[in-house]
Amino acid sequence: VENVRLLDRLSSRKATLGTLYLTATHVIFVENGSETRKETWVLHSQISSIEKQATTATGCPLLIRCKNFQVIQLVIPQERDCHDVYISLIRLARPVKYEELYCFSFNPKLDKEEREQGWKLVDLNEEYNRMGVPNNYWQISDVNRDYGVCDSYPTEMYVPKSATAHIIVGSSKFRSRRRFPALSYYCKDNNASICRSSQPLSGFSARCLEDEQMLQAIRKANPGSDFLYVVDTRPKLNAMANRAAGKGYENEDNYSNIKFQFIGIENIHVMRNSLQKMLEVCELKSPSMSDFLWGLENSGWLKHIKAIMDAGIFIAKAVAEEGVSVLVHCSDGWDRTAQVCSVASLLLDPYYRTMKGFMVLIEKDWVSFGHKFNHRYGNLDGDPKEISPVIDQFIECVWQLMEQFPCAFEFNERFLIHIQHHIYSCQFGNFLCNSQKERRELKIQERTYSLWAHLWKNRADYLNPLYRPDHSQTQGTLRPRMAPCNFLYKFWSGMYNRFEKGLHPRQSVTDYLMAVKEETQQLEEELEVLRERLANLQKSQLNDNKVKTTQQDRSKQFGLSTSNNSLANTPQEYSSDLKSFPSRSPSQGDEEDSALILTQDNLKSSDPDLSANSDQESGVEDLSCRSPSGGGCLPSEDSGKDSDEAVFLA
Amino acid sequence: MMRSSQPLTGTNGRRCKEDEKLINATLRPGKRGYIIDTRSLNVAQQARAKGGGFEQEVHYPQWRRIHKCIERFNILQESLIKLVEACNDQSHNMDRWLSKLEASNWLTHIKEILTAACLAAQCIDREGASVLVHGTEGTDSTLQVTSLAQIILDPRCRTICGFESLVVREWLQAGHPFQQRCAQSAYSNSKQKWEAPVFLLFLDCVWQILRQFPCSFEFNEQFLIMLFEHAYASQFGTFLGNNENERSKLKLPQKTMSLWSWVNRSEELTKFQNPLFEANSLVIWPSVAPQSLQLWEGVFLRWNRPSKFLDEAHEEMISIIKYN
Repeated sequence: VENVRLLDRLSSRKATLGTLYLTATHVIFVENGSETRKETWVLHSQISSIEKQATTATGCPLLIRCKNFQVIQLVIPQERDCHDVYISLIRLARPVKYEELYCFSFNPKLDKEEREQGWKLVDLNEEYNRMGVPNNYWQISDVNRDYGVCDSYPTEMYVPKSATAHIIVGSSKFRSRRRFPALSYYCKDNNASICRSSQPLSGFSARCLEDEQMLQAIRKANPGSDFLYVVDTRPKLNAMANRAAGKGYENEDNYSNIKFQFIGIENIHVMRNSLQKMLEVCELKSPSMSDFLWGLENSGWLKHIKAIMDAGIFIAKAVAEEGVSVLVHCSDGWDRTAQVCSVASLLLDPYYRTMKGFMVLIEKDWVSFGHKFNHRYGNLDGDPKEISPVIDQFIECVWQLMEQFPCAFEFNERFLIHIQHHIYSCQFGNFLCNSQKERRELKIQERTYSLWAHLWKNRADYLNPLYRPDHSQTQGTLRPRMAPCNFLYKFWSGMYNRFEKGLHPRQSVTDYLMAVKEETQQLEEELEVLRERLANLQKSQLNDNKVKTTQQDRSKQFGLSTSNNSLANTPQEYSSDLKSFPSRSPSQGDEEDSALILTQDNLKSSDPDLSANSDQESGVEDLSCRSPSGGGCLPSEDSGKDSDEAVFLA
Repeated sequence: MMRSSQPLTGTNGRRCKEDEKLINATLRPGKRGYIIDTRSLNVAQQARAKGGGFEQEVHYPQWRRIHKCIERFNILQESLIKLVEACNDQSHNMDRWLSKLEASNWLTHIKEILTAACLAAQCIDREGASVLVHGTEGTDSTLQVTSLAQIILDPRCRTICGFESLVVREWLQAGHPFQQRCAQSAYSNSKQKWEAPVFLLFLDCVWQILRQFPCSFEFNEQFLIMLFEHAYASQFGTFLGNNENERSKLKLPQKTMSLWSWVNRSEELTKFQNPLFEANSLVIWPSVAPQSLQLWEGVFLRWNRPSKFLDEAHEEMISIIKYN
């Protein structure tokens, strides 16, 4: 469709004219205009909702909201075209078969072996071995080898040595969805463990010998403690209400030596609404500080994040400081349980704070343990009541921790944002379906590619420059404060206002430090080469003039300016009522230079082969000139050029 | 950019040809000027009853007046007190934190001030027009606007030397009444009539811009915190008194040491330098969206939150750059 306008979300005055394309996998808006032809690509999988708004004199507005929080406002001149686009997008954004998803057509041009290797990058067997199991207390069980016991669990699980197949099967019949207690994390220092399950089908008075034996077995697998914590992550009222439906929670009288604890994290419906409210705040046109703070508080979002974090802290403390094992469950043991177990593991074990370790953590507690990716994130069209930002909350907990402990994580914010993006993008096969069983039936590993391999290949983009394996923050357990610390939880504008670059700091400390480190590394390598050469020269007694001049030339190339100068140069919205200001200044040149937005996301366009343009956000040709050896585009201090002009030319 | 106090138009609509001539002399040929009045239109109109007022269009036809209301006096002091109370609250409840923060209105003031400064800067940079800024007295919000506008526009104000000059020029010499404004701070039992954290708000705004452009300032957050402290209590004479006249009468230059003489010593200066600084000649435009403005934890949560991990991060950053 031609002559479509893409509106700037914040300033309706700024609109770009272009052509809208619909393909089998993407919506693409290509700007008119001779030089830049900026493209905006949106994957159908990312589309969360489409709103057709009332036709005005200028055309028919269409609002596309994405799961990665991108909001696109289009104005289509003809109502009929708008309607056609709307209907098509509705259909395209709600696939009914897995085969319609992008991952089945996506081709990064790797051969079969590379694809296989990609899937093998994360190996859970290796991970359990790294933890220290199997050992005297824990063994691997294949009782679920044909998914006969529990179809949402994997085929291999770790259970206490004293848990026989009979006990496991019996316990599974007493658990919602037959999700029996199994090992999530083992602490080899003190034998304490984190196990997870779903709620017991205890009703008001039902008992199950095997289930009680199962918990005993878990307790016994930790000789250092004479009791076991059982943590129900639901609010007490909800858990009690479940009893009326024949489910419920463990009665301390029936299970020997357990200490029971409610944590009070709300359910998926509350979380879905909470996010919705927060996004409404993000969409406000020119909110006052009060609008924003009130809106944020009303949504309750940060309160929920804190609740999940507090639960993780409690469990980590129990394991690390008290040396007591913990059994965690919620209702079905695949949402809050996953969140809380993975936060606790992250706090306990520095391995999960490395890039590889984090991928392993998600594979373990989310993918293998049967978190319902399809239902929660809408791979396929389904029940809207199943949709909920469960893994988003976990990812945010990680970000909040990164803010409190800046040296503790090997990866940076961009890593988290890209993972969240791909959970919804369906570009890779890792997060499809609801269980390992379903993924194997669909032969995901033979037909799609692994996200982990892709991220790993681009890991240089995801590093945290402040991370050092020998730093104190990267050793042992992380201990965030539980209270009073309300103010430590911040609004994550990098995620929820991800595409509004003007809102974020315009110079990236991370990128700057990474550039410095890269340069340091290059200088060190150079130094090595020069040392060798010097040694050789001294041996052969030659004139060393040549060496000197090379040194001098090199040092001029390293301009470290990573500043996003073009965006720094663009005034933000300061007044909605003043119409007198021109949008361009004679000295600044064309304001369209704001289209040459080089943001950290774009510079790290780590998405593949779909042309130079990333499908992640407004793809722009990578005019990357931030790397030390690249030099050139941005003026160094002594270039003498007028900086504004230079930016425009770039 | 010029600053002044309010014109004494009064209820009779008095005019003063000399005043008109003076400010018209700053107009660039063929261009209009902007008057940024830091009072709301209502307040400016009410000021006439007490002999004050605003520039009337009929007498200043080449100037366009914009009202950008910035709060003053006890409202600001109340705001500070509420904010500090909220930060000290030891209860666990997450919900109340955000509403307390909101109720203090501190960030709203920050947003107001920054927006006005950005507008002033836009007039100059984007329109190439002259600007006159005033409120009532020209000693509070006026100075916030003019000094922040210069930080936005002029990279020299972002160097340590340039910023010190800015403070001397736009605050000390301009006659911001430090003695009155920075009397007791947030914990005092008695309420001083003329006390208000005007300078602190200015420093907070600078910090907001520094946070958004971390590579554009030669000084770091510690520098700003140090200035905040010395404005309220100092062994140096720099911030004593209310204006140059008083300082001269009190013979401060003879009887006291200057803060700058200590700060600018190389061993002190290293503490205040920003390792990420890369001089640029840009005009830097901060975002005033609520998501972009944050609570200045370095000042308001300084004693309530563990800074150990953040300090370590800062040290790591310095060592990366030093090693390079």
